[in-house]
Amino acid sequence: MKKIYTSFNDVVNEIQDGSTLMVGGFGLVGIPENLILALVESKVKHLTVISNNCGVDDWGLGLLLKNKQIDKMIGSYVGENKEFERQVLSGELEVELVPQGTLAERIRAGGAGIPAFYTPAGVGTPIAEGVEVRTFDNKEYLLQTELKADFSLIRAAKGDKSGNLMYNKTAQNFNPMMAAAGKTTIAEVEQIVESGSLDPEYIHTPGIYVQGLIEGKQEKRIERLTVR
Amino acid sequence: MAKQMDKAAVREQIARRAEQEIVSGSYVNLGIGMPTMVANYIKPDKQVVLQSENGLLGIGRSPLKEEVDPDLINAGKETVTASIGASFCSSAESFAMIRGEHLDLAILGGMEVSENGDLANWMIPGKMIKGMGGAMDIVHGAKKIVIIMDHVNKHGEPKILKECSLPLTGKGVVDRIITDRAVIDVEQDCLVLVEVNEGWTVEEVVQSTEAELKISDKLQVTTL
Repeated sequence: MKKIYTSFNDVVNEIQDGSTLMVGGFGLVGIPENLILALVESKVKHLTVISNNCGVDDWGLGLLLKNKQIDKMIGSYVGENKEFERQVLSGELEVELVPQGTLAERIRAGGAGIPAFYTPAGVGTPIAEGVEVRTFDNKEYLLQTELKADFSLIRAAKGDKSGNLMYNKTAQNFNPMMAAAGKTTIAEVEQIVESGSLDPEYIHTPGIYVQGLIEGKQEKRIERLTVR
Repeated sequence: MAKQMDKAAVREQIARRAEQEIVSGSYVNLGIGMPTMVANYIKPDKQVVLQSENGLLGIGRSPLKEEVDPDLINAGKETVTASIGASFCSSAESFAMIRGEHLDLAILGGMEVSENGDLANWMIPGKMIKGMGGAMDIVHGAKKIVIIMDHVNKHGEPKILKECSLPLTGKGVVDRIITDRAVIDVEQDCLVLVEVNEGWTVEEVVQSTEAELKISDKLQVTTL
């Protein structure tokens, strides 16, 4: 049985200044909304945040940014956020941009006991500067290292009390790899159910990767509503 | 004729020509922006599976208002639907599909392409860097990389160059360039002009291209 939290503040109280956090989501889809709000309230600072994006100005990780709680951001695309731009240009925020597939694989590697791997992404580009290049079968590859975190804050649709998780549609994205790469992983889930009520055949993230769960209701803001 | 077209019409024409690259039965990734528009012109008799790198294999039509699911978006963060036969996966799995060369084709936008197929499309020095997203992975993944872009920039300067001036997204990755003026293939040792768009002459295309162009023996006029 996993720890079931009832207060988002209790979850984030365990997070110390200077921690490295992984935060699930792609854009605003699949982000642990309530855990992010609790982080803002906690005022924990000097965070290194690993997440594909950095929210928008008034939602998601953008809120942490506005509060100057993030010292370093590791992500693949941060273009939706004006405050981000301001802090980078003023030198307040350090940023490491990583190709999206490399980011996903570095996190996967971190949770899978693989310290480094070779990938073709980025060969001959600015991100290859100072990186080991090796040729396999006449093609060049870059050495990339794993990513791990002190805490992974992820979002799932359903979780049982054994920590098994299921995601909804494209809200899966980075969440499963982050679950495995966090020393402590807390899942904000839309619905917590009894162990045994999720079909083991359809579990996305096995419970071994999850240390705690909390049920929460998300706003699920839409960045680009497109209808026909 | 093509010269007097407004910007939207030019984009539509490029997208329609790019659609001709899509073979029925293939798996395709369309980049953000103009490449996403290509989906609107896929002929109904073609069976195509569109991949979205945020973890959707099988992008469907845009949803009706009542069908919108905030958990279902494409890589451009637009709400979409899943097609019949679609599947969802993690970002790691999605990029394994890409890097593992399981996709047949990717159509992406470009700022500059060089004569050896280098692509620059993610940053302009001195301007705020937004990030490369999945572009650096995708250019090494799909079996064929097609770049669609304007033939010249807003100052009228060539975008197809001997060497890219902007930082690269990928080195030697482009197979074909489709612009408002021409279709150009990246061959082993040179660029080959294979199509000239209706309304443009070979001379005009050559003059607006910095890289050297070999004219194909089978040069055609693109008509849409």
